[in-house]
Amino acid sequence: MDLFEYQAKKLFAEHGVPVPTGKTATTPEEARAIATELGGKVVVKAQVKAGGRGKAGGVKVADGPDDAFAKATAILGMDIKGHTVHSVLVEEASNIAEEYYASFLLDRANRTFLAMASREGGMEIEEVAATNPQALARIPIDPLTGVDAAKAREIAVAAKLPESALAGASELLAKLWTVFVKSDATLVEVNPLILTADGRVIALDGKVSLDENADFRHPENEAFIDVSMVDPLEQKAKEKGLNYVKLEGEVGIIGNGAGLVMSTLDVVTYAGEEFGGKRPANFLDIGGGASAEVMANGLSIILGDPSVKSVFVNIFGGITSCDAVANGIIQALEIVGNVTTPLVVRLDGNNAEEGRRILAEANSPVVKPVDTMDGAAKLAAELAAAAA
Amino acid sequence: MAIWLDENSRVVVQGITGSEGAKHTKRMLAAGTNVVAGVNPRKVGQQVEGVPVFGSVADAMAQAGANVSVIFVPPKFTKDAAIEAIDAAIGLAVVITEGVPVHDTTEFFAYSQSKGTTRIIGPNCPGIASPGVSNAGIIPADITPGGRIGLVSKSGTLTYQMMYELREFGFSTCVGIGGDPVIGTTHIDALDAFEADPGTDAIVMIGEIGGDAEERAAAHIEAHVSKPVVGYVAGFTAPEGKTMGHAGAIVSGSSGTAQAKKEALEKAGVRVGKTPSETARLMADIMRSL
Repeated sequence: MDLFEYQAKKLFAEHGVPVPTGKTATTPEEARAIATELGGKVVVKAQVKAGGRGKAGGVKVADGPDDAFAKATAILGMDIKGHTVHSVLVEEASNIAEEYYASFLLDRANRTFLAMASREGGMEIEEVAATNPQALARIPIDPLTGVDAAKAREIAVAAKLPESALAGASELLAKLWTVFVKSDATLVEVNPLILTADGRVIALDGKVSLDENADFRHPENEAFIDVSMVDPLEQKAKEKGLNYVKLEGEVGIIGNGAGLVMSTLDVVTYAGEEFGGKRPANFLDIGGGASAEVMANGLSIILGDPSVKSVFVNIFGGITSCDAVANGIIQALEIVGNVTTPLVVRLDGNNAEEGRRILAEANSPVVKPVDTMDGAAKLAAELAAAAA
Repeated sequence: MAIWLDENSRVVVQGITGSEGAKHTKRMLAAGTNVVAGVNPRKVGQQVEGVPVFGSVADAMAQAGANVSVIFVPPKFTKDAAIEAIDAAIGLAVVITEGVPVHDTTEFFAYSQSKGTTRIIGPNCPGIASPGVSNAGIIPADITPGGRIGLVSKSGTLTYQMMYELREFGFSTCVGIGGDPVIGTTHIDALDAFEADPGTDAIVMIGEIGGDAEERAAAHIEAHVSKPVVGYVAGFTAPEGKTMGHAGAIVSGSSGTAQAKKEALEKAGVRVGKTPSETARLMADIMRSL
């Protein structure tokens, strides 16, 4: 889960990482009130989870309260790369002397943690990596020892901070590492990390991504969920403990196992090319168990999506055998009730023949059994096209 | 022949007294696996499915001769369980648990590397099976008989699908390495082991979106693998920035795409199927021509 800048900075502040004083506003009036409270020049910053915010005009300096009102009026409601701005962060303006870059992240490829540091702060780091790679230092962090004072200093030196600022920067970096570890982050990034004219080191911006697998030890993360961005079907699925992602197409997908479902999306997309570009409407992995209840929950979520014109149930019977899955499908249809959307069902693997026999015997007008995954994808796309 | 799991494997189940642990212990035993011990410090002396419960992995090794651990404990306790297995210097620890925080995995993986005695498979994986010989994890044992194809995969069900489609040939070993961002055993580790295994003639490699493990594997195949490799990658149509079921399955910006993985594999001479069935057909052709 990615955090907004203001949320990231709140986490920073809680761990003693220096950040500018500021507050969020959702209306121009609130922005004016915050600017009045702060006094002097302020910066009004769009809160969106997208890069290139500054270039898009989402960050503006304001002279005082009335100007903050005007700037907030301009920024609130803006669209930045498909993200609507619902709030702005109003902060005291900083007297920037130099801009640097610093981050800690999970290095998937090397299965360790990594610090990145650069004197080229303020621009997109991908751009620095591409155009001036020697300006971006990469320092591996041993997961067993972490970042101590010496390591923090090494990173500050790699970012080419001046001697006089090394102590402050090292302290900030050590605290930033604490944020990374304590909040189970996969990324904490400060861009820019600034040196002020009076020699202080401050995190002027903040980006944090959290590992959702660690949510069980962070009940506080619930507050970070951006309700305005959550798809209602995804929310409903989550409440039922289902792994569902809403997509843009017409063919509802249910499968067991993440890899098989991803593969199903691909196969349906290929098959759909023949039928005017029919595409999958969702990702839904009901897992290895696939009981009647889970199947019913999955079906009711998919059929609750008005864009779904056909459903492809793609099951490989492994731990759960296909006869149990077939019975689950028939029961699920009864539980959901009045299903008119066609259900193309492919059962393969353990006890597949018995599963297919059960489906045939149930003789449901909406269930269309097909023996192969490729064949079933084709029929599901064809039925979606016919219903459109 | 097989890799990492054979007739000499003696399995200890960490979390044997939990519902998943007990269920799969029964299934592993039914598959002919030599399950010799379970671990739960609060239930020492009890039996689960006739398997004695010990207080620690070290005790299970010393008293029952265990040399492979399968870990079924909940995410909260997985790091401690893995560290216990590593401290006992067991040769192989298979972490089935889904939902382990990536900080925990990164830490216990680094710990295993620092000790140098324990291979970790997983987490978030179906385990490893040498059909007809031994089965450590949750891979259904009756899909395919033994044979001479090696399989390494990030995905459980796609593994089963491929085993099923190629059951007329059979498999030496099938390794589910898991779909998390950090995993203990990679495609490359399995490719090297299959290359060295006289019982394996050809290799199926299944990948999915996220990270660059498949690209690295492709470069490795080009330089080090002489046996034929067929590949499959899932997630061509996955949207950017969305996690698709597996914690590691995410396209970030332009990195981690299925297309880039497929291209890297094809450049390395790997035949890549467009669908699982096509992939199986490519492998069947190779097996018939050998």
